[in-house]
Amino acid sequence: MNARQGAFQGAFRGTFAVALLLVASVPLWVPGSYYISVASEVLIYAIFTLSVDLLIGYAGLVSLGHGGLFSLAAYTVAVCLGAGFGHFSAILLAIAITLAGTAVFAALSLRTTGVGFIMITLALGQIMWGLAYRWVGLTGGDNGISVASRPAPFGVTLATPAHFYDATLIVFALCLFAYWMFVNSAFGASLKGTRDQPRRMSALGYDVWLIRFCAFMFSGFLAAVAGILFAYRAEFISPPTAALTASAEPVLMAISGGSGTILGPVVGALLVEIVKNVASAYISRWNMMLGAIFVLIVMFMPEGLVPGTARLVRRLRARRSKAPAT
Amino acid sequence: MTALAVRDLQKSFGGLRVTQQIHLEIAPGERRLIIGPNGAGKTTLFNLIAGDLRPDGGSIALFGQPITRLPARARAHLGLARTYQIITLFPKDTLLRNVTLSLLGLSRLRWNPLARLDRQAHLIAQAESALARVGLGAMAHRSLAETSYGERRRVEIAMALAQNPRVLLLDEPFAGLSIDERGEVKALLAAIPRDITIVMIEHDMDVALDFADRISVMHFGAIAVEGTRAEVVADPRTKEIYLGE
Repeated sequence: MNARQGAFQGAFRGTFAVALLLVASVPLWVPGSYYISVASEVLIYAIFTLSVDLLIGYAGLVSLGHGGLFSLAAYTVAVCLGAGFGHFSAILLAIAITLAGTAVFAALSLRTTGVGFIMITLALGQIMWGLAYRWVGLTGGDNGISVASRPAPFGVTLATPAHFYDATLIVFALCLFAYWMFVNSAFGASLKGTRDQPRRMSALGYDVWLIRFCAFMFSGFLAAVAGILFAYRAEFISPPTAALTASAEPVLMAISGGSGTILGPVVGALLVEIVKNVASAYISRWNMMLGAIFVLIVMFMPEGLVPGTARLVRRLRARRSKAPAT
Repeated sequence: MTALAVRDLQKSFGGLRVTQQIHLEIAPGERRLIIGPNGAGKTTLFNLIAGDLRPDGGSIALFGQPITRLPARARAHLGLARTYQIITLFPKDTLLRNVTLSLLGLSRLRWNPLARLDRQAHLIAQAESALARVGLGAMAHRSLAETSYGERRRVEIAMALAQNPRVLLLDEPFAGLSIDERGEVKALLAAIPRDITIVMIEHDMDVALDFADRISVMHFGAIAVEGTRAEVVADPRTKEIYLGE
Protein backbone atom coordinates (compact mmCIF):
# COMPACT_ATOMS: atom_id res chain seq x y z
CA MET A 1 0.00 0.00 0.00
CA ASN A 2 1.47 3.37 -0.96
CA ALA A 3 1.12 6.58 1.03
CA ARG A 4 -1.69 7.88 -1.17
CA GLN A 5 -3.76 4.69 -0.76
CA GLY A 6 -3.13 4.78 2.98
CA ALA A 7 -4.31 8.38 3.14
CA PHE A 8 -7.45 7.45 1.18
CA GLN A 9 -8.26 4.55 3.50
CA GLY A 10 -7.66 6.79 6.48
CA ALA A 11 -10.03 9.40 5.03
CA PHE A 12 -12.66 6.72 4.36
CA ARG A 13 -12.42 5.34 7.89
CA GLY A 14 -12.59 8.86 9.31
CA THR A 15 -15.71 9.68 7.25
CA PHE A 16 -17.32 6.40 8.29
CA ALA A 17 -16.59 7.05 11.98
CA VAL A 18 -18.05 10.57 11.76
CA ALA A 19 -21.16 9.23 9.96
CA LEU A 20 -21.59 6.55 12.63
CA LEU A 21 -21.28 9.13 15.38
CA LEU A 22 -23.80 11.42 13.67
CA VAL A 23 -26.33 8.60 13.21
CA ALA A 24 -25.94 7.42 16.81
CA SER A 25 -26.35 10.93 18.22
CA VAL A 26 -29.37 12.04 16.13
CA PRO A 27 -31.57 12.75 19.19
CA LEU A 28 -28.88 15.09 20.53
CA TRP A 29 -28.47 17.34 17.50
CA VAL A 30 -31.67 17.01 15.45
CA PRO A 31 -34.06 19.84 16.35
CA GLY A 32 -37.52 18.77 17.56
CA SER A 33 -39.27 15.46 17.98
CA TYR A 34 -40.73 15.56 14.44
CA TYR A 35 -37.33 15.31 12.83
CA ILE A 36 -36.22 12.59 15.25
CA SER A 37 -39.32 10.69 14.20
CA VAL A 38 -38.37 11.26 10.54
CA ALA A 39 -34.93 9.83 11.32
CA SER A 40 -36.63 6.71 12.72
CA GLU A 41 -38.68 6.47 9.54
CA VAL A 42 -35.50 6.68 7.45
CA LEU A 43 -34.08 3.69 9.33
CA ILE A 44 -37.35 1.74 9.00
CA TYR A 45 -37.47 2.36 5.25
CA ALA A 46 -33.79 1.47 5.00
CA ILE A 47 -34.61 -1.98 6.46
CA PHE A 48 -37.58 -2.27 4.09
CA THR A 49 -35.44 -1.26 1.11
CA LEU A 50 -32.76 -3.79 2.08
CA SER A 51 -35.52 -6.39 2.11
CA VAL A 52 -36.64 -5.49 -1.42
CA ASP A 53 -33.09 -5.11 -2.71
CA LEU A 54 -32.11 -8.58 -1.52
CA LEU A 55 -34.33 -9.82 -4.35
CA ILE A 56 -33.52 -7.09 -6.90
CA GLY A 57 -29.77 -6.79 -6.36
CA TYR A 58 -28.80 -10.32 -5.41
CA ALA A 59 -31.44 -12.54 -7.01
CA GLY A 60 -32.37 -10.45 -10.07
CA LEU A 61 -36.06 -10.48 -9.09
CA VAL A 62 -38.01 -7.21 -8.97
CA SER A 63 -40.88 -7.44 -6.50
CA LEU A 64 -43.77 -4.98 -6.65
CA GLY A 65 -45.64 -6.72 -3.85
CA HIS A 66 -43.47 -6.18 -0.79
CA GLY A 67 -45.82 -3.48 0.46
CA GLY A 68 -48.24 -6.36 1.05
CA LEU A 69 -45.76 -8.14 3.33
CA PHE A 70 -44.76 -4.90 5.09
CA SER A 71 -48.40 -4.05 5.80
CA LEU A 72 -49.22 -7.65 6.79
CA ALA A 73 -46.71 -7.36 9.65
CA ALA A 74 -47.92 -3.87 10.59
CA TYR A 75 -51.60 -4.88 10.57
CA THR A 76 -50.89 -8.08 12.53
CA VAL A 77 -49.20 -6.12 15.32
CA ALA A 78 -52.03 -3.58 15.40
CA VAL A 79 -54.78 -6.23 15.36
CA CYS A 80 -53.06 -8.39 18.00
CA LEU A 81 -52.51 -5.45 20.32
CA GLY A 82 -56.14 -4.43 19.80
CA ALA A 83 -57.18 -7.99 20.70
CA GLY A 84 -55.31 -7.75 24.01
CA PHE A 85 -52.06 -9.57 23.16
CA GLY A 86 -48.85 -8.41 24.79
CA HIS A 87 -46.16 -6.73 22.70
CA PHE A 88 -43.87 -9.76 22.67
CA SER A 89 -46.66 -12.10 21.46
CA ALA A 90 -47.88 -9.54 18.93
CA ILE A 91 -44.38 -9.12 17.47
CA LEU A 92 -43.76 -12.88 17.31
CA LEU A 93 -47.15 -13.45 15.68
CA ALA A 94 -46.51 -10.64 13.19
CA ILE A 95 -43.21 -12.21 12.16
CA ALA A 96 -44.71 -15.72 11.95
CA ILE A 97 -47.74 -14.61 9.93
CA THR A 98 -45.63 -12.46 7.60
CA LEU A 99 -43.25 -15.39 7.03
CA ALA A 100 -46.27 -17.59 6.21
CA GLY A 101 -47.47 -14.88 3.81
CA THR A 102 -43.98 -14.64 2.33
CA ALA A 103 -43.94 -18.39 1.72
CA VAL A 104 -47.22 -18.07 -0.22
CA PHE A 105 -45.90 -15.05 -2.17
CA ALA A 106 -42.68 -16.92 -2.98
CA ALA A 107 -44.33 -20.20 -3.91
CA LEU A 108 -46.64 -18.42 -6.36
CA SER A 109 -44.28 -15.84 -7.82
CA LEU A 110 -41.15 -17.99 -8.18
CA ARG A 111 -42.89 -20.09 -10.80
CA THR A 112 -41.52 -17.50 -13.18
CA THR A 113 -38.93 -14.71 -13.45
CA GLY A 114 -38.69 -11.35 -15.25
CA VAL A 115 -41.92 -9.57 -16.12
CA GLY A 116 -43.98 -12.57 -15.00
CA PHE A 117 -42.48 -12.34 -11.50
CA ILE A 118 -43.15 -8.59 -11.36
CA MET A 119 -46.79 -9.07 -12.39
CA ILE A 120 -47.47 -11.88 -9.89
CA THR A 121 -45.93 -9.96 -6.98
CA LEU A 122 -47.86 -6.86 -8.07
CA ALA A 123 -51.10 -8.86 -8.07
CA LEU A 124 -50.36 -10.38 -4.66
CA GLY A 125 -49.55 -6.96 -3.22
CA GLN A 126 -52.82 -5.62 -4.61
CA ILE A 127 -54.71 -8.51 -2.99
CA MET A 128 -53.22 -7.47 0.36
CA TRP A 129 -54.23 -3.86 -0.31
CA GLY A 130 -57.76 -5.05 -1.24
CA LEU A 131 -58.00 -7.03 2.00
CA ALA A 132 -56.79 -4.06 4.05
CA TYR A 133 -59.33 -1.82 2.33
CA ARG A 134 -62.37 -4.11 2.24
CA TRP A 135 -62.04 -6.39 5.28
CA VAL A 136 -63.42 -3.63 7.49
CA GLY A 137 -64.21 -5.91 10.45
CA LEU A 138 -60.54 -6.81 10.88
CA THR A 139 -58.62 -3.86 9.46
CA GLY A 140 -60.98 -0.95 10.06
CA GLY A 141 -61.05 -0.37 6.28
CA ASP A 142 -60.33 3.21 5.25
CA ASN A 143 -60.28 4.33 8.89
CA GLY A 144 -57.35 2.08 9.70
CA ILE A 145 -56.36 0.85 13.18
CA SER A 146 -54.55 2.65 15.94
CA VAL A 147 -51.71 0.99 17.80
CA ALA A 148 -52.55 1.34 21.48
CA SER A 149 -49.05 1.64 22.93
CA ARG A 150 -45.35 1.11 22.29
CA PRO A 151 -43.39 -1.61 24.06
CA ALA A 152 -40.99 -0.98 26.96
CA PRO A 153 -38.13 -3.48 26.53
CA PHE A 154 -36.09 -3.99 29.73
CA GLY A 155 -38.20 -1.34 31.40
CA VAL A 156 -37.18 1.38 28.92
CA THR A 157 -40.25 3.05 27.49
CA LEU A 158 -40.18 3.76 23.75
CA ALA A 159 -42.92 6.35 24.02
CA THR A 160 -40.58 9.29 23.34
CA PRO A 161 -39.24 9.84 19.80
CA ALA A 162 -35.65 9.81 21.07
CA HIS A 163 -35.98 6.43 22.80
CA PHE A 164 -37.88 5.00 19.85
CA TYR A 165 -35.12 6.20 17.54
CA ASP A 166 -32.48 4.48 19.71
CA ALA A 167 -34.41 1.20 19.66
CA THR A 168 -34.93 1.47 15.88
CA LEU A 169 -31.22 2.15 15.41
CA ILE A 170 -30.31 -1.01 17.35
CA VAL A 171 -32.73 -3.11 15.26
CA PHE A 172 -31.43 -1.47 12.08
CA ALA A 173 -27.81 -2.22 13.04
CA LEU A 174 -28.69 -5.88 13.74
CA CYS A 175 -30.56 -6.16 10.42
CA LEU A 176 -27.69 -4.53 8.53
CA PHE A 177 -25.16 -6.91 10.10
CA ALA A 178 -27.35 -9.95 9.35
CA TYR A 179 -27.79 -8.70 5.77
CA TRP A 180 -24.05 -8.17 5.34
CA MET A 181 -23.38 -11.69 6.65
CA PHE A 182 -26.06 -13.13 4.38
CA VAL A 183 -24.94 -11.57 1.10
CA ASN A 184 -21.25 -12.28 1.74
CA SER A 185 -21.85 -15.89 2.78
CA ALA A 186 -21.54 -19.03 0.72
CA PHE A 187 -25.32 -18.93 0.37
CA GLY A 188 -25.09 -15.32 -0.83
CA ALA A 189 -22.61 -16.44 -3.50
CA SER A 190 -25.08 -19.15 -4.57
CA LEU A 191 -27.84 -16.54 -4.73
CA LYS A 192 -25.77 -14.18 -6.90
CA GLY A 193 -24.95 -17.12 -9.15
CA THR A 194 -28.66 -17.79 -9.71
CA ARG A 195 -29.06 -14.12 -10.64
CA ASP A 196 -26.28 -14.22 -13.26
CA GLN A 197 -26.51 -17.74 -14.75
CA PRO A 198 -29.46 -19.78 -13.45
CA ARG A 199 -29.08 -22.51 -16.08
CA ARG A 200 -25.37 -22.92 -15.40
CA MET A 201 -26.03 -22.97 -11.64
CA SER A 202 -28.49 -25.81 -12.08
CA ALA A 203 -25.91 -27.75 -14.11
CA LEU A 204 -23.39 -27.16 -11.31
CA GLY A 205 -25.68 -28.83 -8.76
CA TYR A 206 -27.56 -25.87 -7.27
CA ASP A 207 -31.30 -25.95 -6.59
CA VAL A 208 -32.07 -22.57 -8.16
CA TRP A 209 -35.73 -22.48 -7.07
CA LEU A 210 -34.99 -23.34 -3.44
CA ILE A 211 -32.15 -20.81 -3.23
CA ARG A 212 -34.50 -18.10 -4.49
CA PHE A 213 -37.21 -19.28 -2.09
CA CYS A 214 -34.85 -19.05 0.92
CA ALA A 215 -33.75 -15.56 -0.15
CA PHE A 216 -37.41 -14.54 -0.49
CA MET A 217 -38.04 -15.78 3.07
CA PHE A 218 -35.17 -13.70 4.48
CA SER A 219 -36.45 -10.75 2.47
CA GLY A 220 -39.93 -11.32 3.97
CA PHE A 221 -38.42 -11.44 7.46
CA LEU A 222 -36.79 -8.03 6.95
CA ALA A 223 -40.05 -6.63 5.53
CA ALA A 224 -41.81 -7.94 8.67
CA VAL A 225 -39.29 -6.22 10.97
CA ALA A 226 -39.73 -2.96 9.04
CA GLY A 227 -43.53 -3.29 9.09
CA ILE A 228 -43.60 -3.87 12.85
CA LEU A 229 -41.38 -0.86 13.51
CA PHE A 230 -43.53 1.22 11.15
CA ALA A 231 -46.72 0.33 13.03
CA TYR A 232 -45.13 1.29 16.35
CA ARG A 233 -43.63 4.50 15.01
CA ALA A 234 -46.80 5.79 13.35
CA GLU A 235 -49.05 4.19 16.03
CA PHE A 236 -51.51 3.80 13.19
CA ILE A 237 -51.92 1.63 10.13
CA SER A 238 -54.25 2.10 7.14
CA PRO A 239 -54.63 0.76 3.54
CA PRO A 240 -52.16 3.17 1.82
CA THR A 241 -49.38 1.21 3.61
CA ALA A 242 -50.29 -1.75 1.41
CA ALA A 243 -50.87 0.22 -1.80
CA LEU A 244 -48.81 -0.10 -4.97
CA THR A 245 -46.92 3.12 -4.12
CA ALA A 246 -45.72 1.49 -0.89
CA SER A 247 -44.28 -1.39 -2.91
CA ALA A 248 -42.79 0.79 -5.65
CA GLU A 249 -41.09 3.24 -3.27
CA PRO A 250 -38.45 0.82 -1.91
CA VAL A 251 -37.72 -0.32 -5.47
CA LEU A 252 -36.96 3.30 -6.41
CA MET A 253 -34.97 3.76 -3.19
CA ALA A 254 -32.86 0.68 -3.97
CA ILE A 255 -32.23 1.66 -7.59
CA SER A 256 -31.39 5.28 -6.76
CA GLY A 257 -29.04 4.35 -3.91
CA GLY A 258 -27.38 1.47 -5.73
CA SER A 259 -28.93 -1.95 -6.07
CA GLY A 260 -26.83 -4.94 -5.03
CA THR A 261 -24.82 -2.97 -2.49
CA ILE A 262 -25.14 -2.80 1.30
CA LEU A 263 -25.15 0.99 1.64
CA GLY A 264 -27.10 1.77 -1.54
CA PRO A 265 -30.56 0.95 -0.18
CA VAL A 266 -29.79 2.90 3.01
CA VAL A 267 -28.72 5.99 1.04
CA GLY A 268 -31.75 5.61 -1.27
CA ALA A 269 -34.10 5.47 1.71
CA LEU A 270 -32.40 8.53 3.26
CA LEU A 271 -32.76 10.52 0.03
CA VAL A 272 -36.44 9.73 -0.56
CA GLU A 273 -37.49 10.13 3.06
CA ILE A 274 -35.72 13.49 3.39
CA VAL A 275 -37.36 14.81 0.23
CA LYS A 276 -40.73 13.39 1.32
CA ASN A 277 -40.69 14.60 4.92
CA VAL A 278 -38.29 17.55 5.04
CA ALA A 279 -38.09 19.18 1.61
CA SER A 280 -41.86 18.85 1.22
CA ALA A 281 -42.27 21.40 4.03
CA TYR A 282 -40.60 24.02 1.83
CA ILE A 283 -41.39 22.88 -1.71
CA SER A 284 -45.01 22.26 -2.63
CA ARG A 285 -44.10 20.31 -5.78
CA TRP A 286 -41.73 17.95 -3.95
CA ASN A 287 -42.99 14.97 -6.00
CA MET A 288 -41.73 16.70 -9.14
CA MET A 289 -38.43 17.40 -7.44
CA LEU A 290 -38.08 13.75 -6.44
CA GLY A 291 -38.84 12.70 -10.01
CA ALA A 292 -36.19 15.10 -11.31
CA ILE A 293 -33.65 13.68 -8.84
CA PHE A 294 -34.40 10.14 -10.06
CA VAL A 295 -33.97 11.24 -13.68
CA LEU A 296 -30.62 12.88 -12.86
CA ILE A 297 -29.42 9.77 -11.03
CA VAL A 298 -30.39 7.52 -13.93
CA MET A 299 -28.66 9.89 -16.39
CA PHE A 300 -25.41 10.48 -14.53
CA MET A 301 -25.11 7.55 -12.13
CA PRO A 302 -27.19 4.73 -13.63
CA GLU A 303 -25.66 2.25 -11.19
CA GLY A 304 -26.99 4.32 -8.24
CA LEU A 305 -25.55 6.93 -5.89
CA VAL A 306 -23.23 4.69 -3.84
CA PRO A 307 -21.55 2.78 -6.69
CA GLY A 308 -21.61 5.95 -8.82
CA THR A 309 -19.81 7.95 -6.14
CA ALA A 310 -17.31 5.10 -5.70
CA ARG A 311 -16.68 5.20 -9.45
CA LEU A 312 -16.07 8.95 -9.37
CA VAL A 313 -13.68 8.60 -6.42
CA ARG A 314 -11.78 5.84 -8.24
CA ARG A 315 -11.50 7.99 -11.34
CA LEU A 316 -10.30 10.94 -9.28
CA ARG A 317 -7.70 8.79 -7.54
CA ALA A 318 -6.52 7.37 -10.85
CA ARG A 319 -6.19 10.89 -12.29
CA ARG A 320 -4.25 12.07 -9.24
CA SER A 321 -1.91 9.09 -9.32
CA LYS A 322 -1.19 9.76 -13.00
CA ALA A 323 -0.48 13.44 -12.41
CA PRO A 324 3.27 14.18 -12.56
CA ALA A 325 4.86 15.02 -9.23
CA THR A 326 5.80 18.68 -8.92
CA MET B 1 -21.74 -51.66 -16.98
CA THR B 2 -21.94 -48.69 -19.31
CA ALA B 3 -20.97 -45.21 -18.14
CA LEU B 4 -23.81 -43.64 -20.07
CA ALA B 5 -26.70 -45.53 -21.62
CA VAL B 6 -29.28 -43.72 -23.77
CA ARG B 7 -32.17 -45.79 -25.05
CA ASP B 8 -34.88 -44.80 -27.56
CA LEU B 9 -34.59 -41.14 -26.59
CA GLN B 10 -37.18 -38.90 -28.22
CA LYS B 11 -37.82 -35.19 -28.13
CA SER B 12 -40.08 -32.96 -30.20
CA PHE B 13 -40.54 -29.20 -30.22
CA GLY B 14 -44.13 -28.89 -31.35
CA GLY B 15 -44.38 -30.79 -34.61
CA LEU B 16 -40.61 -30.93 -35.12
CA ARG B 17 -38.97 -34.16 -33.98
CA VAL B 18 -35.46 -33.13 -32.98
CA THR B 19 -34.29 -36.48 -31.64
CA GLN B 20 -35.81 -39.82 -32.51
CA GLN B 21 -35.04 -43.27 -31.13
CA ILE B 22 -31.51 -42.33 -30.12
CA HIS B 23 -29.55 -45.26 -28.79
CA LEU B 24 -26.07 -44.77 -27.32
CA GLU B 25 -23.95 -46.96 -25.08
CA ILE B 26 -20.73 -45.41 -23.86
CA ALA B 27 -18.22 -47.49 -21.92
CA PRO B 28 -16.42 -46.21 -18.81
CA GLY B 29 -13.34 -44.21 -19.75
CA GLU B 30 -14.36 -44.04 -23.41
CA ARG B 31 -13.84 -40.94 -25.53
CA ARG B 32 -16.92 -40.62 -27.74
CA LEU B 33 -17.21 -38.04 -30.46
CA ILE B 34 -20.61 -36.97 -31.72
CA ILE B 35 -20.61 -35.30 -35.11
CA GLY B 36 -23.23 -34.29 -37.60
CA PRO B 37 -24.38 -31.34 -39.68
CA ASN B 38 -25.93 -28.25 -38.09
CA GLY B 39 -29.45 -29.00 -36.85
CA ALA B 40 -28.79 -32.73 -36.50
CA GLY B 41 -29.84 -32.59 -32.80
CA LYS B 42 -26.44 -32.92 -31.15
CA THR B 43 -26.84 -30.12 -28.60
CA THR B 44 -30.43 -31.17 -27.95
CA LEU B 45 -29.08 -34.63 -27.14
CA PHE B 46 -26.63 -33.06 -24.65
CA ASN B 47 -29.43 -30.98 -23.13
CA LEU B 48 -31.49 -34.14 -22.69
CA ILE B 49 -28.60 -36.04 -21.11
CA ALA B 50 -27.68 -33.13 -18.80
CA GLY B 51 -31.30 -32.57 -17.75
CA ASP B 52 -31.80 -29.13 -19.28
CA LEU B 53 -34.61 -30.63 -21.37
CA ARG B 54 -37.10 -33.38 -20.53
CA PRO B 55 -37.42 -36.16 -23.09
CA ASP B 56 -40.80 -37.17 -24.51
CA GLY B 57 -39.79 -40.82 -24.38
CA GLY B 58 -36.89 -43.17 -23.79
CA SER B 59 -34.45 -43.47 -20.92
CA ILE B 60 -31.02 -42.33 -19.76
CA ALA B 61 -28.85 -44.16 -17.23
CA LEU B 62 -25.59 -43.06 -15.62
CA PHE B 63 -23.50 -46.02 -14.51
CA GLY B 64 -26.68 -48.13 -14.38
CA GLN B 65 -28.68 -45.57 -12.39
CA PRO B 66 -31.77 -44.21 -14.19
CA ILE B 67 -31.57 -40.40 -14.38
CA THR B 68 -34.27 -39.69 -16.97
CA ARG B 69 -36.60 -37.99 -14.49
CA LEU B 70 -33.91 -36.34 -12.38
CA PRO B 71 -33.37 -32.56 -12.61
CA ALA B 72 -30.05 -31.22 -13.91
CA ARG B 73 -28.78 -30.43 -10.40
CA ALA B 74 -29.26 -34.02 -9.23
CA ARG B 75 -27.37 -35.31 -12.29
CA ALA B 76 -24.46 -33.03 -11.37
CA HIS B 77 -24.39 -34.60 -7.91
CA LEU B 78 -24.24 -38.05 -9.53
CA GLY B 79 -21.11 -37.13 -11.46
CA LEU B 80 -22.32 -35.60 -14.73
CA ALA B 81 -20.65 -32.35 -15.77
CA ARG B 82 -20.92 -30.35 -18.97
CA THR B 83 -19.64 -27.36 -20.89
CA TYR B 84 -21.76 -25.26 -23.21
CA GLN B 85 -21.51 -24.45 -26.90
CA ILE B 86 -22.03 -20.77 -26.00
CA ILE B 87 -19.73 -20.08 -23.06
CA THR B 88 -21.80 -19.70 -19.90
CA LEU B 89 -19.73 -18.25 -17.07
CA PHE B 90 -19.98 -15.53 -14.42
CA PRO B 91 -18.54 -12.48 -16.19
CA LYS B 92 -18.45 -10.12 -13.19
CA ASP B 93 -16.33 -12.52 -11.13
CA THR B 94 -12.70 -13.59 -11.15
CA LEU B 95 -11.56 -16.89 -12.63
CA LEU B 96 -11.02 -18.19 -9.10
CA ARG B 97 -14.54 -17.26 -8.05
CA ASN B 98 -15.98 -19.00 -11.14
CA VAL B 99 -14.25 -22.26 -10.28
CA THR B 100 -15.03 -21.88 -6.55
CA LEU B 101 -18.72 -21.58 -7.45
CA SER B 102 -18.40 -24.82 -9.37
CA LEU B 103 -16.94 -26.57 -6.33
CA LEU B 104 -19.51 -24.98 -4.02
CA GLY B 105 -22.31 -26.51 -6.11
CA LEU B 106 -21.47 -29.98 -4.82
CA SER B 107 -20.73 -28.86 -1.26
CA ARG B 108 -23.27 -28.58 1.57
CA LEU B 109 -21.67 -25.25 2.31
CA ARG B 110 -23.75 -23.74 -0.49
CA TRP B 111 -26.69 -23.50 1.94
CA ASN B 112 -24.69 -21.83 4.70
CA PRO B 113 -25.72 -18.17 5.24
CA LEU B 114 -23.06 -17.63 7.92
CA ALA B 115 -19.83 -18.97 6.40
CA ARG B 116 -17.99 -16.47 4.21
CA LEU B 117 -17.01 -17.99 0.87
CA ASP B 118 -13.72 -16.08 0.66
CA ARG B 119 -12.62 -17.75 3.91
CA GLN B 120 -13.14 -21.34 2.72
CA ALA B 121 -9.46 -22.15 2.32
CA HIS B 122 -10.01 -25.76 1.20
CA LEU B 123 -12.42 -24.75 -1.60
CA ILE B 124 -10.13 -21.96 -2.74
CA ALA B 125 -7.11 -24.28 -2.77
CA GLN B 126 -9.05 -26.80 -4.88
CA ALA B 127 -10.15 -24.05 -7.25
CA GLU B 128 -6.58 -22.80 -7.62
CA SER B 129 -5.44 -26.33 -8.33
CA ALA B 130 -8.18 -26.75 -11.00
CA LEU B 131 -7.09 -23.52 -12.66
CA ALA B 132 -3.45 -24.57 -12.56
CA ARG B 133 -4.48 -27.84 -14.24
CA VAL B 134 -5.76 -25.91 -17.26
CA GLY B 135 -2.77 -23.55 -17.26
CA LEU B 136 -4.56 -20.54 -15.78
CA GLY B 137 -3.12 -20.65 -12.27
CA ALA B 138 -1.34 -17.33 -12.66
CA MET B 139 -4.55 -15.61 -13.76
CA ALA B 140 -6.73 -16.84 -10.89
CA HIS B 141 -7.46 -13.36 -9.53
CA ARG B 142 -8.10 -11.75 -12.90
CA SER B 143 -11.66 -10.76 -13.76
CA LEU B 144 -13.29 -12.99 -16.35
CA ALA B 145 -14.08 -9.86 -18.38
CA GLU B 146 -10.32 -9.38 -18.89
CA THR B 147 -9.70 -12.80 -20.43
CA SER B 148 -9.63 -14.01 -24.02
CA TYR B 149 -12.17 -16.36 -25.57
CA GLY B 150 -9.75 -19.26 -25.44
CA GLU B 151 -9.03 -18.65 -21.76
CA ARG B 152 -12.75 -18.67 -21.04
CA ARG B 153 -13.06 -22.04 -22.78
CA ARG B 154 -10.37 -23.33 -20.45
CA VAL B 155 -12.16 -21.86 -17.42
CA GLU B 156 -15.27 -23.78 -18.47
CA ILE B 157 -13.25 -26.98 -18.63
CA ALA B 158 -11.62 -26.19 -15.27
CA MET B 159 -15.07 -25.73 -13.74
CA ALA B 160 -16.22 -29.07 -15.08
CA LEU B 161 -13.05 -30.90 -14.01
CA ALA B 162 -13.12 -29.29 -10.55
CA GLN B 163 -16.32 -31.21 -9.87
CA ASN B 164 -14.40 -34.45 -10.43
CA PRO B 165 -17.09 -35.83 -12.75
CA ARG B 166 -17.52 -39.42 -13.87
CA VAL B 167 -18.94 -38.37 -17.24
CA LEU B 168 -17.99 -35.11 -18.93
CA LEU B 169 -20.05 -33.66 -21.80
CA LEU B 170 -18.09 -31.19 -23.95
CA ASP B 171 -20.16 -29.17 -26.39
CA GLU B 172 -17.85 -27.88 -29.14
CA PRO B 173 -14.85 -27.10 -26.89
CA PHE B 174 -12.77 -25.95 -29.88
CA ALA B 175 -15.39 -23.58 -31.34
CA GLY B 176 -14.09 -20.06 -31.93
CA LEU B 177 -10.51 -20.85 -30.87
CA SER B 178 -7.36 -19.89 -32.75
CA ILE B 179 -4.99 -22.60 -34.01
CA ASP B 180 -2.68 -22.13 -31.01
CA GLU B 181 -5.57 -22.19 -28.57
CA ARG B 182 -6.92 -25.36 -30.19
CA GLY B 183 -3.59 -27.03 -29.61
CA GLU B 184 -3.65 -26.00 -25.94
CA VAL B 185 -7.20 -27.25 -25.37
CA LYS B 186 -6.42 -30.48 -27.25
CA ALA B 187 -3.43 -31.13 -24.97
CA LEU B 188 -5.56 -30.31 -21.97
CA LEU B 189 -8.26 -32.80 -22.98
CA ALA B 190 -5.68 -35.47 -23.77
CA ALA B 191 -4.35 -35.12 -20.21
CA ILE B 192 -7.71 -35.90 -18.59
CA PRO B 193 -7.39 -39.31 -16.90
CA ARG B 194 -9.34 -42.28 -18.20
CA ASP B 195 -11.49 -42.52 -15.06
CA ILE B 196 -13.48 -39.68 -16.60
CA THR B 197 -15.64 -40.69 -19.54
CA ILE B 198 -15.84 -37.96 -22.17
CA VAL B 199 -18.57 -37.35 -24.74
CA MET B 200 -17.75 -34.52 -27.10
CA ILE B 201 -19.60 -32.69 -29.85
CA GLU B 202 -17.20 -31.13 -32.32
CA HIS B 203 -17.15 -29.86 -35.88
CA ASP B 204 -13.38 -29.56 -36.19
CA MET B 205 -12.47 -33.02 -37.48
CA ASP B 206 -8.71 -32.30 -37.50
CA VAL B 207 -8.57 -32.10 -33.73
CA ALA B 208 -11.56 -34.24 -32.80
CA LEU B 209 -11.00 -37.43 -34.79
CA ASP B 210 -7.65 -38.13 -33.10
CA PHE B 211 -9.27 -37.75 -29.72
CA ALA B 212 -12.14 -40.22 -30.13
CA ASP B 213 -12.24 -43.96 -29.44
CA ARG B 214 -15.60 -44.20 -31.18
CA ILE B 215 -17.66 -41.80 -33.25
CA SER B 216 -21.43 -41.39 -33.60
CA VAL B 217 -22.73 -39.49 -36.62
CA MET B 218 -26.10 -37.81 -36.07
CA HIS B 219 -28.47 -36.86 -38.85
CA PHE B 220 -32.05 -35.59 -38.58
CA GLY B 221 -32.15 -36.37 -34.84
CA ALA B 222 -30.99 -39.98 -35.12
CA ILE B 223 -27.69 -41.84 -34.93
CA ALA B 224 -26.98 -42.63 -38.58
CA VAL B 225 -23.51 -44.17 -38.28
CA GLU B 226 -21.51 -45.44 -35.35
CA GLY B 227 -18.13 -47.06 -35.02
CA THR B 228 -14.40 -46.51 -34.85
CA ARG B 229 -12.77 -43.70 -36.80
CA ALA B 230 -11.92 -46.02 -39.67
CA GLU B 231 -15.41 -47.54 -39.76
CA VAL B 232 -17.14 -44.16 -39.75
CA VAL B 233 -14.86 -42.68 -42.40
CA ALA B 234 -15.33 -45.75 -44.61
CA ASP B 235 -19.10 -45.80 -44.26
CA PRO B 236 -20.74 -44.31 -47.42
CA ARG B 237 -23.56 -42.85 -45.29
CA THR B 238 -21.05 -40.48 -43.63
CA LYS B 239 -20.11 -39.01 -47.02
CA GLU B 240 -23.77 -38.86 -47.94
CA ILE B 241 -24.63 -36.92 -44.78
CA TYR B 242 -21.80 -34.43 -45.16
CA LEU B 243 -21.53 -34.12 -48.95
CA GLY B 244 -24.95 -35.22 -50.21
CA GLU B 245 -25.61 -37.95 -52.69
